[in-house]
Amino acid sequence: MITYALMFAFGCFGLGLLANLWRIIRGPGRADRILALDTMVINSIALIILYGIWQGTAVYYEASMLVAMVGFVSTVAYCRFVLRGDIIE
Amino acid sequence: MIVDVIISICLVVGGIFGIVGSYGLIKLQDTMQRLHAPTKATTLGVGGVLVASMLYFLFKEDTYTFHELLISAFLFLTAPITAHFMAKTHIRMRELRGTLPETQRKHGWSLYDTPPEMLTDPPADEVKSLESR
Repeated sequence: MITYALMFAFGCFGLGLLANLWRIIRGPGRADRILALDTMVINSIALIILYGIWQGTAVYYEASMLVAMVGFVSTVAYCRFVLRGDIIE
Repeated sequence: MIVDVIISICLVVGGIFGIVGSYGLIKLQDTMQRLHAPTKATTLGVGGVLVASMLYFLFKEDTYTFHELLISAFLFLTAPITAHFMAKTHIRMRELRGTLPETQRKHGWSLYDTPPEMLTDPPADEVKSLESR
């Protein structure tokens, strides 16, 4: 049963990644593209954790934690660059 | 058996919330509306997957870890900050100084006006005593 639920969740987050890609290509403004990239990072965190359950190893926590931190910092840095033209003043 | 059902429900609910958040990014019309879907629904979906992972490793592999709670706490903390930054970016890109409403305060929009002196906000009763002086 867990296997089927895992497959369902993999499919959901994979489709979510495709939706984000569509918004990145299509999005009218820079804010839309930054938002889609941030959502892509969150979806990929979910995919990494699901892969960890699938494999049955606890190795992937650190990877998902690192991806979460790098995604947050990069989103804030990109917004900061668009807002002020500089990241650290 | 019961544990299997609970883990599967967590996974399915997390997946549904994740796809709803990403579908809202396509479906909604305006950038400010689009901010709602990923910052709330997708964060909740990842939270469901993390709870499922924690239960799985607790009952199936007999290893108990707090790492997942750490990740979900980090995501819940950072989602409002990124949403605020993206709203500011949208205002900066799309709105002009004249189209924004007045702030009804002493100081204007922080995006356009120079910031006031770096004072910490005093409490409300202190402001009243200052104004009555």
